[in-house]
Amino acid sequence: MEKIAGLYSYWVVVVLMMAGLYIMIARYNLVKKIIGLGLFQTSIFYLYITMGKVSGGTAPILVHGDVQPVFSNPVPHVLILTAIVVGVATSAVALALIVRIYEEFGSIEADEIAIIEAQEPEA
Amino acid sequence: MYEQLPALMILVPFTAAPVCVVFRHALASWVIALAASLFSLFAAWQVLEHVRTVGIIRYKVGGWAAPSGIEYYIDTLNASVLLLVSGISCIVLVYAYRSVIKQVPLAKHYLFYTAWLMCMSGLLGIVITGDAFNVFVFLEVSSLATYMLISMGSDRRALTASFRYLIMGSVGASFILIGIGFLYAATGTLNMIDISERIPNSESQRAVLVAFSFICIGVMIKAAIFPLHAWLANAYTYAPVAVTAFLAGTATKVSLYVLLRFFFSIFGYEYSFGQLLLNGVLLPAAVAGFILMSLVAVYQTDLRRMLAYSSVAQLGYIVAGISLASQAGLTAGIVHILNHALVKSALFMAVGCIIYQVGHAHRPSFDDLFKRMPFTCIAFIIAGLGLIGVPLTVGFISKFALIEASMDRGWWLIAALILVSSLMAVVYIGRVVEVMLFRQSRTSTPEVSGMSEAPLSMLAPMYLLIVIGLYFGINGDATLSLAGEAAEQLLGGF
Amino acid sequence: MKLYPRQRHRVLQVVTKLIIPFVMMFGLYVQFHGDYGPGGGFQAGVIFSTAFILHGLIFGLQRTRAVLSPAILRIMMCAGLLLYCGTGIVTILLGGNLLDYNVLAHDPLHGQHWGIFTVELGVGITVTGVMISLFYNFASRRSD
Repeated sequence: MEKIAGLYSYWVVVVLMMAGLYIMIARYNLVKKIIGLGLFQTSIFYLYITMGKVSGGTAPILVHGDVQPVFSNPVPHVLILTAIVVGVATSAVALALIVRIYEEFGSIEADEIAIIEAQEPEA
Repeated sequence: MYEQLPALMILVPFTAAPVCVVFRHALASWVIALAASLFSLFAAWQVLEHVRTVGIIRYKVGGWAAPSGIEYYIDTLNASVLLLVSGISCIVLVYAYRSVIKQVPLAKHYLFYTAWLMCMSGLLGIVITGDAFNVFVFLEVSSLATYMLISMGSDRRALTASFRYLIMGSVGASFILIGIGFLYAATGTLNMIDISERIPNSESQRAVLVAFSFICIGVMIKAAIFPLHAWLANAYTYAPVAVTAFLAGTATKVSLYVLLRFFFSIFGYEYSFGQLLLNGVLLPAAVAGFILMSLVAVYQTDLRRMLAYSSVAQLGYIVAGISLASQAGLTAGIVHILNHALVKSALFMAVGCIIYQVGHAHRPSFDDLFKRMPFTCIAFIIAGLGLIGVPLTVGFISKFALIEASMDRGWWLIAALILVSSLMAVVYIGRVVEVMLFRQSRTSTPEVSGMSEAPLSMLAPMYLLIVIGLYFGINGDATLSLAGEAAEQLLGGF
Repeated sequence: MKLYPRQRHRVLQVVTKLIIPFVMMFGLYVQFHGDYGPGGGFQAGVIFSTAFILHGLIFGLQRTRAVLSPAILRIMMCAGLLLYCGTGIVTILLGGNLLDYNVLAHDPLHGQHWGIFTVELGVGITVTGVMISLFYNFASRRSD
């Protein structure tokens, strides 16, 4: 029981990650693929943040006085800030590509695009 | 100033990238990109000299000491891959100038060179850093730039190829990120040396195992090792050919470097191959890769696609060498990383010259190619012989080392399969050479019989690569001793 | 502009005009107070750019472009990155390692302060530029 309730945060990570991966594989719509990718990456952010949590810990800011409170580990937060920026950049590039694909092929469905591509002559 | 070269090697191309955007001028961007690459090449050369004569370099970024700060850690393996990346970048940039004019709209040239610089500094950063998370950051810097470069191809299928690579590449990088997260959870540090020291005593061996699996799959995707290579063929085929020549020589090689670094230095040889039997995963993948992908390459009619599949096959040789996990096997693998980069970049450059003049790379529709472009054809043939592994070429050095290494372990079957795969290389290179040399003109119009060779600025860098290849083919000891040193350091851990 | 005629959405327009200065102010606060409390360039850049994105959504892209043209954004993106890299180059020229802020002033503590300040400023400027130009590029696609 403790494994299920005590680690619920990690279960959320697993569910989110698998949902993201499934969307990426199963959906033909390119925008939905990117949504899946976003979900997948978000689950990783959540994993890192969960790891950094110290029970009873607060934000790591020094306070005046002799007794310092218990801090959560700030390093995963810093790492994940970087990873979030990377994720935003990836989504932006992906969406820009989708816009260009739509302009060239007139569709954002991977299966329709595959049919159009198959009819083109070899490069 | 001298001890700052490791940082400047990354910083200079990274600073040059926004400068290109400020100028917004095609020629100016090219000059800036070339100057920055030349500087990195110089720095990499100096660093390699220093590492081989004095010893390992540990550079503290921000002046913070290693466990809390980020450090750059450079040994022989790093330094040689750094030299390879910056060298290939320089040579291909010279070649790119004319090639890009034909393949990319003029208004986008400055963006092209900006992305190129970003890609190069990202690749150099992956190789130089001694911090596990930094690997991920630089990996994404280079990947994002790569997606952009591929999507600039003139064919519209470049867009979908780039998109597919983006999805696969992001998943691969995310897997690496998860793996690094578990490593951090298990050891409480991100510094590679620290991680490697703490892994054996870690309380949560299961987290280490999970980290190992995620990093293994992630790196295999980025390196396009056989079952996970699906993104590579289209990306190489439809990207601007200069980009393909650059990526074929650097991107997958850098991913293989990451594989070596993680499995030998961080997890350690004993853990990866002794306890977890990683060669049980890598060796079948490698063998299936070089047999099947060589077979697929035989049936390709587009030269770029043929060479792309051949790249996956050649990566199979490297992985086979790595999974032998012996001094000789690792040496063979590392030598083949360097040698294959030289050969494959030269081959893609030759194909680029053909595309520049003929307009396509479709083998069955070539006419009188040797009469029209003799220098390009000779270059293609020499580099092709290198790919097959004929004596006096670089391919021979590494394949011989690889076969020797597998015989040492008593794996005769692997050695035999390598020879079979080489015979398939004879077939697919031979089919192209046959068309080049013996196909008569079917149109029989006299005006096409004149010579129309690619411009000198494209031929010269291509021949430079080929001469380097021949030099290392004849003087194989130079690269073999370098790789031997690197393999020794890898097997010894940090 | 057909999308947002000036007669419509009066409430939104007025409220937006009231909010924008505070959003910008908050962005600047997060930027410059970031060395003492929570905050920093990434967050500040995003907050600051939301002011412009909100303006673009309510008043239309053309009017926002008149305020902040894409050319300025391009310069901002480069300038921020160059500020960051420039700090690295300066620290090397002053004899320290890359981004070793101690050498920036006589007192290492002041040096660290200056270093983090300039680097975060660079990050903030770049993020602002990138976020707004992302919005411009995606939003302007239909009308082009």
